Amino acid sequence: MIYREAGQLKTSYAADQAIFPIRQDRFWLALALAVAFVFIPLFASEYLLVSIFIPFLILALTAIGLNILTGYCGQLSLGTGGFMAVGAFAAYKITTFVPELNIVVVFLLSGLITAGVGILFGLPSLRIKGFYLAVATLAAQFFLIWLFTKVAWFSNYAPSRVIAAPPRAVVGNIYVTGIEATVTARYLFCLAMVAVLALVAKNLVRSRIGRAWMAIRDMDIAAEIIGIQPLKTKLIAFAVSSFYVGIGGALWGFVHLAQLEASAFDINRSFQVLFMIIIGGLGSILGAFLGAAFVSILPIFLNNAPAMVGIQLSVAMVSHLELITFGVLIIFFLIVEPHGLARLWQIAKEKLRIWPFPH
Amino acid sequence: MDVVGQIVGFLFDPLKEIWEFPLFFAEVVVGGLLTGVLYSLIALGFVLIFKASGVFNFAQGAMVLFAALCFIAFLDRGLPAWAAFVGATLVMVVMAFAIERTVLRPLVNQAPIILFMATIGLTFVIEGLAQVVWGSDVRRLDIGIPRDPIEIVGVQINKFDIIAGITAIVLVSVLGFFFQYTRVGRALRAVADDNQAALSVGIPLKEIWVYVWSVAGFVALVTGIIWGSKLGVQFSLVLIALKALPVLILGGFTSIPGAIVGGLIIGAGEKVAEVYWGPNIGGAVEDWFAYVVALLFLMVRPQGLFGERIIERV
Repeated sequence: MIYREAGQLKTSYAADQAIFPIRQDRFWLALALAVAFVFIPLFASEYLLVSIFIPFLILALTAIGLNILTGYCGQLSLGTGGFMAVGAFAAYKITTFVPELNIVVVFLLSGLITAGVGILFGLPSLRIKGFYLAVATLAAQFFLIWLFTKVAWFSNYAPSRVIAAPPRAVVGNIYVTGIEATVTARYLFCLAMVAVLALVAKNLVRSRIGRAWMAIRDMDIAAEIIGIQPLKTKLIAFAVSSFYVGIGGALWGFVHLAQLEASAFDINRSFQVLFMIIIGGLGSILGAFLGAAFVSILPIFLNNAPAMVGIQLSVAMVSHLELITFGVLIIFFLIVEPHGLARLWQIAKEKLRIWPFPH
Repeated sequence: MDVVGQIVGFLFDPLKEIWEFPLFFAEVVVGGLLTGVLYSLIALGFVLIFKASGVFNFAQGAMVLFAALCFIAFLDRGLPAWAAFVGATLVMVVMAFAIERTVLRPLVNQAPIILFMATIGLTFVIEGLAQVVWGSDVRRLDIGIPRDPIEIVGVQINKFDIIAGITAIVLVSVLGFFFQYTRVGRALRAVADDNQAALSVGIPLKEIWVYVWSVAGFVALVTGIIWGSKLGVQFSLVLIALKALPVLILGGFTSIPGAIVGGLIIGAGEKVAEVYWGPNIGGAVEDWFAYVVALLFLMVRPQGLFGERIIERV
């Protein structure tokens, strides 16, 4: 009943190719956007914006990036953290070299630079796959972080290798980085970036190249036989994925942390993003958002849960229990629903469609 | 011209140094080889499980940690070393049962990537559990292995390292024998070759998995004791599991001798790179050297030094 699409007839090719063909989907999306753009900045406290919504948005963007590579194209990557660092440091170098350049352009350029680095480390993917490729991306992770820590040029010879985001405005005096940036401006900036890039990604994965990615993922040899060029397709996946991850890293460094060193993007960050797409759902844009929400909110919930039910635990104990819960949940999700939260939402939609009747 | 000269100097000056002081070079290599033994042992645990179930077990590092902490806990209770060893082995066997029942059995026939991620989850559970039970401090482990250095043809070697090396050799020989000649070993190899074919000729898959995880647990215990007595038992051990990846790539995912040789090459190589080339480019080369070597090696020979040829079928 609730999700019934009966009567929504497609009368033109444009309607048939619509990105959200069902009216209810459009309604929920519009509602979510309205809440995100209007309701949250008006009513959410500064703490909520800083500690939950901004990191959630940035991580969701990064998760979309990794999902394109791992979920859609099937190339396992453990180098997300390294590519995020490339984005952050590229943005820093560009914006300190050419201060008058608009920050949006800076971020897009740093995304492009990350895409280049991604292609470089993606080159072995033609010969190797699976765990072998994971090692290639691990090489990227460790090498890039080492590079940014050791080579002073990247941090403009700062003695501690810490870079601080200089104040930059989008238009006029609306600052989104630096001390003068208000929390709301930072939040809305992230939201706008994420919304636009997510829309692009959503369209990309249902285009010709998106279908080619999925064909490579499902069986690369068969895909090659039907005329898909594996090297080109995989490298485009690496480039697009790194572009997203790079922008995510730049946002993380500039808008969220404001001051960072390369170790903010260590191997644990890579795993964190990987878990987001596993729990959210491999090969789903919605899944990236669900997974990011789950992974960034669960620790906060686990931190507060023992206190809520009146158990006093030490900080160390809570973080250990958090680790265990996290591990158990990952295993649980893989067993119960290997396709993640996005798949659960799809099942729920099927049920809502015929509700309240069972058939 | 100057830049070229610098690069040439950077690449070849250390070689001159090696040529002039071969004894020091030998000491560096030997030191690296002994770290390599530890890498080999961890890689060995990986290979065992990978051969028998196609699962890439990221949790091997966590198992090493858990086994070592268990061993220490038994020692703290006042048990003699041999009893603690038996006790810790039993704990690892129980753990193998639990893992088979709760993680592997429900995930039969899933894609390797899913199983790999499940073992990452398992790593978190084991690591968290170990921290809840034993706290997160670095623990000392001393079971009375002598540590005084001896001199062999002019090169200083720690006795402890020699004992560690011998232990590794013995362990590998025993495992090799076990795989080659026993009934269980043959069944393990059959399972490794083809899960379904093995099932259809009557090999009990579930039992085999428990066996192989128990053996991996045992290897983890030995590794943990050696590593722990050398450097202390600490939680960074979990990340050592990542170092085993390039070792496996070098040696081949399915080869026990490969794991050993790969570990030795990586151990010696990264030490030499750190000592001779590291200082000129800022040090800490060890962090990524192994991975980059593996990456370059993959381009040339994806199946590793001793691995089976990778054949692809549609």
